Parts: sequence; C-alpha cells; structure tokens
Amino acid sequence: MKILVALKRVADPANHNKVKIPASGDRIDTAGLEWQINPFDLYALETALRLTENGKNPKKREGEVVVLTIGPKETETNLRSALATGADRAIRIEAVDEELDGRLVAHALAKIVEEEKPDVVMMGKQVVDSETNMVGQVLAELLDWPMATFAATIQEQPDGLLVEREVDGGVAKVKVTLPAVVTVDLRIVSPTSVRSKHTEAGFKYPYEEVRFAPLPAIMQAKKKPLAIKNLSELTPDLKSTTRYVKYEAPPGRKAGIKVKDVQELVQKLATEAKVI
Amino acid sequence: MAFDESHDLFRATCRRFAEEKIAPFCYEWEEAGEFPRELYRDAARAGILGAGYPEDLGGGGGDPLHALVGIEGLLHGGSSGVVASLCSHGIALPPILKMGSPEQQRRFVPPVLAGEQIAALAITEPGTGSDVASLTTRAVRDGTDYVISGSKLFITSGVRADLVSVLCRTGPDKHGGLTFFVVERGMPGFTVSRALEKTGWWASDTAELSFDEVRVPQANRIGEEGSGFVALMQNFQGERLALAFYGHATAELALQDALAYAKERSAFGRPLTGFQVTRHKLAAMATKVAAARTFNYRLAERVAAGEYLVGEVSMAKNFSAQIANEVCYDAVQIFGGMGFMRETRVERLSRDARLLPIGGGTSEIMNEIIAKSLGL
Ligand SMILES: Cc1cc2nc3c(=O)[nH]c(=O)nc-3n(C[C@H](O)[C@H](O)[C@H](O)COP(=O)(O)OP(=O)(O)OC[C@H]3O[C@@H](n4cnc5c(N)ncnc54)[C@H](O)[C@@H]3O)c2cc1C
Repeated sequence: MKILVALKRVADPANHNKVKIPASGDRIDTAGLEWQINPFDLYALETALRLTENGKNPKKREGEVVVLTIGPKETETNLRSALATGADRAIRIEAVDEELDGRLVAHALAKIVEEEKPDVVMMGKQVVDSETNMVGQVLAELLDWPMATFAATIQEQPDGLLVEREVDGGVAKVKVTLPAVVTVDLRIVSPTSVRSKHTEAGFKYPYEEVRFAPLPAIMQAKKKPLAIKNLSELTPDLKSTTRYVKYEAPPGRKAGIKVKDVQELVQKLATEAKVI
Repeated sequence: MAFDESHDLFRATCRRFAEEKIAPFCYEWEEAGEFPRELYRDAARAGILGAGYPEDLGGGGGDPLHALVGIEGLLHGGSSGVVASLCSHGIALPPILKMGSPEQQRRFVPPVLAGEQIAALAITEPGTGSDVASLTTRAVRDGTDYVISGSKLFITSGVRADLVSVLCRTGPDKHGGLTFFVVERGMPGFTVSRALEKTGWWASDTAELSFDEVRVPQANRIGEEGSGFVALMQNFQGERLALAFYGHATAELALQDALAYAKERSAFGRPLTGFQVTRHKLAAMATKVAAARTFNYRLAERVAAGEYLVGEVSMAKNFSAQIANEVCYDAVQIFGGMGFMRETRVERLSRDARLLPIGGGTSEIMNEIIAKSLGL
C-alpha cells in the first residue's frame, strides 16, 4: 500500500504563551516560537507506518510512506524528523504560511495526489493552531474519493479499509474502498487500533503513542530523498480566499468565585450564568 | 566533527522521551529515591541508550556528540538523578570498549544498551577520591582467577547495577599498578553495603559496595594488568565533558523557569520583570548560560574529532559547574519562597547542581589540571 501523509508544522502547543500579537493587530508575531509537527498529523504518520508493516519488524516497510508538507525551508527539519520516524521519502512544497488557507492547501495536495497516485491520503483530523478541520474533507471532494474522518481504528480488508469513528453516543463503522482520504483522531495510536493485512494475529504494539525516532534511523534519514516543489507551479491560478481582518488575543481569564454549597452553585448557574 | 541536523533530531527525541516518560513521574521517583527499571528498556527501545555506541554491539551508531545532546534532551525530564543513573553506562562501558577484547565487548555491552542490565563505574573508595591512584581495593591473582577485596563509595547506579567496572590495585606501582575488572551481580562476596542519602540526584541510586574476597575469572579482567590508570584518565575526559553539558543544560532550565515566573508573578503592582534588578539578574543568567553552552559545544566538536584537550575539558567542567550553581541560586531567589518548595523544578535543579563541582573530579582538582596545562 502506498500512503501519502500530509504534515503541518505548528507552534509548540506547550509554549503557546510565547505567541504575541503586535499592537497593530495585523499579524501573529512568530519570532521565538518553537515549531513541531501538528500532533494529529504525527498520529497519521504512525497510522501509515502501522498500515505498511507487520508490527513485529517495524524496519521492513510493506509498501511506501511518503510525507509531505507545505512551508518554508525550516520545515525540512520536520520532514527529516518524519523520515527518521520511518517514512520513506519526503516532499516539501515551498510556500510561506501567510499565503495559505485550507482550500489552497487541499488544491495543492490534490495536485500531488495526481502525480503520486497513493492508495490512501492519511491526515490528522485537524491542526491544533487554526482548528479549521477542513483540508481532508475538501481534498476528498476535489479528488472525488471516499473519505473517513476522525478514525479511531482502521482495519485493512481485501477490498478497502474498515474504519471505526467515534461519534456522540457510540461508534460508527465506515467501509471505504481505495483510493481514499482518511483523517485520524488520537485513539488511533492505541496498541491494537490499526491492523494492516500484514499484522500478525493477536499482535499488540507495546506502546500507545507515536514511535520515537531512534538514532540509527536519524542517521539513515539523512540519505532519504526529499523533493522540493513550488506552490505557484502546482496551483498557478489560485490564491488564498481567506482574509484575516484583525488578530486579537483572547481576554485574560478573570478570577473565579467560591460558592459555599451545591445549592448556591445551582442557583448561580441558573440566575447568573443562565446555563441551566 | 560538527553538530548537524541529526543532533537536533536526536535531542528532540530525547526531550520528547523526557517530557512524556520522566517529567510526569519525576516528583514521585525523586521522593522514592529511584525510578522503575523499565525506564532503561523504554529508553533502549527509543534508541536513546545506544547513542554513540557501535551498531554491531547493539548501539545506535552516531558519534559522541549525539550522547552529549542526549543529556540536554533528557534533562527536560527535570531530574538530573534520573539521567545520571539512566546513563551510568556512559562512564561504565568506555573502559570495556577501549580495552576489552571483542569477546568481552560482545558479552558485556549489548545487554546494557538493550536496557536489560545496568552498568556502573566504581573508582572512589571510602579512603580515597581525588587522589584516585591511591586506591586500595586489591585484586590478587589466584591460579586463573583474581580475588578482589575492598570497598567502593558513592557509586552511581551501584544499588541496582548488574555489572560494575571496578578499578583495582594489582601491583605496587602507584599509577602503573591499577587494572579494571568487571564484577557481576551475584558473584559471591559482592554486596551493596548501603544505599546513600544525598543532597540532590535523589532519583539516582548511589551505593557503597563491598567486595569480600570476590572471585573473578581472568575473562573479566579488562585489558592487561596495569592498564587501568590510562584508561581511567581517558574516561574522565568523556565524563567531565558530559558533566559540563549537565551544567549548561541545568542552568538553561533554571533560566527558563525563572523567566516564566518573573513575567507571571507580581509584587508592588507590577510583574517581577518590572524591576530593573530582576531584569538585570535574568540578563546576567542568560549570558552565563550562553557562554557556557557555546564553549562546551565548540570544545565537544574538537574532542569528538579526536583532540586530547585535558586543560580545556577541565575548564569547561569547572565553568559550567560554577555557572549552573550561580544561575540556579538566582533562579531560586527570583521564585522567592516558592523556590524553596519541593514542588518547583528550580528547587530540585538547585540541589542537583551542587554535585557538579564535586563529581567526576572536584573543582580544585580541575584547577590543578588547568594549572598544569599552563606549565605551572
Ligand atoms: C552523587 C555522586 C555520585 C558519584 N558517582 C560516582 C561513581 O559513579 N563512581 C565513582 O567512582 N565515584 C563517584 N563519585 C565520587 C566522586 O568522583 C568523588 O566524590 C570526587 O572525585 C571527590 O572525591 P572525594 O569525595 O573522596 O573527596 P576528597 O578527595 O576527599 O576531597 C575533599 C576536598 O579536598 C579537596 N582536595 C583534594 N585534593 C586536593 C588537592 N590536591 N588540592 C586542593 N584540594 C584538594 C577536594 O577538592 C575537596 O574539596 C560520586 C560522588 C557523588 C557525590
């Protein structure tokens, strides 16, 4: 199986307090931020790796995992990190973050999909910065491919993927034929969430996370191919259609109050907060 | 040899490991005085323990710089003690790798790099530390075996070690009469006399070891008789450079915590950063960290390229140890009472930093070496 994994770098959510907005309010000041791959995209990478191995021998890839990001030169470090985690090769589409929006990203991805012809495009369900949750869905529409979003488990079957999605009140099972677009949720990295046709019966991953990039793999990643393309060549007639009017930091949180008992709490919820 | 992207990626792997597998539990482990043995296996699986060791012995390849940036990444777990014990093989294995036979290397090294066995280095004794060549633990030849008697003190990972590289006296010559042996857990006469309680490095198990006529086969003698002192001197270079990295990395964490706290905490109607005295203190702290880190990086590249720079390594160890203590002291001061509370990281960092001018050779001994390198 050939899988294309789309990755986006985001400001490290752990130091979000470094995000600054200048007084003009016309942009976000990204100086001094630490960058990392969007956590859900890392889950997508782990999923792609699990779908292309038997579990016991993670060094042997049954198929191919190609990682892709759209961004400036610095994002190559993120791609190298994905290669060290196990992907086979990488593609970077040169662009600056400010010129992008979800629709444009989906169009650029669709172009790459035409060239690469993967069986699956694997993505995170959303990015933790803008949280728009749209690229996967728009891409599936552009390609006219089946899609399964918010995957919590994936089982490879002879005629496609059986995907379980967590929905309010239960689990929905979706069967997609290939090629397809799949976006994943966090439970996908549980020990038995992903079964490829190579996974041995009863196999359980001994961890519940994205695998670490060990040193030998980091050294090998130096030699894996990384191709560079230009956004303007992929989508010459398209521009971002989203216009940001103004940035504003959310108001600081006000101190709370203490209530003396449940009765007072219920009363305040009803009369002051008006939520019950 | 130079730092490149692979070192950044490896540091990131170690940092993520530390943030996910050490930081959430580190308070508990520090109070308990040790961490679960499984952490060694986890670290091996994540490819951390083998950094800088040959792949045919189960290592991860790479170079000595990977092991050094690994320390920086692992310290993000907030506990120098965890890192010291988790990486005690970093001082215990080099004598085996430098002087051991291929057979000894195959026997002793892979289980340690796989996280299945714990390795420790035992040099210091109750009667002698700085003056290492005066050590008295004896190994006496008896047929094809040696019989070891004596005791060792302050041994990192000593309580749980499965194999210990022990420096013993095999001959009368002060420097030329020293030899390394590997003593294995379970050998009759080899016992842990006590686990030691310390100022810092709580999560690291530190022991006094006793050797009561421990019979060790010749197959456990590392190198020729009398080769121990030279091996130890080479080993010190790696250990001291590593401790220099502990220094700047510890100081960096204290600085980060102090910066964040100073912005958040207010007094007299303004954040602490509103006082020039605090801003200048932070500026001085940042300068010290940057200077130490830059010196250590530059030096590490030269040492990794094969230069033998005894004077500079001693300078780096001393300078880093000193600024780590100064920066941690200032960070605690910025935290006020909270800096004296066990729940803050700076409190622990400030205690842990105290070891740096002592372990691996004291500041005074470093200064003696530096003076010698100046021709004094
Ligand atoms: C937490 C911890 C972990 C350790 N881990 C290990 C380990 O894993 N393996 C191991 O073998 N050892 C270990 N050590 C021991 C450490 O290396 C020694 O403590 C150190 O070398 C100092 O030796 P000492 O304690 O005997 O001090 P001493 O040698 O007794 O020194 C006492 C004081 O005298 C000073 N002094 C000594 N000689 C001179 C001189 N010539 N000129 C001026 N001043 C001098 C010293 O600088 C010091 O201030 C560890 C120690 C600690 C605290």
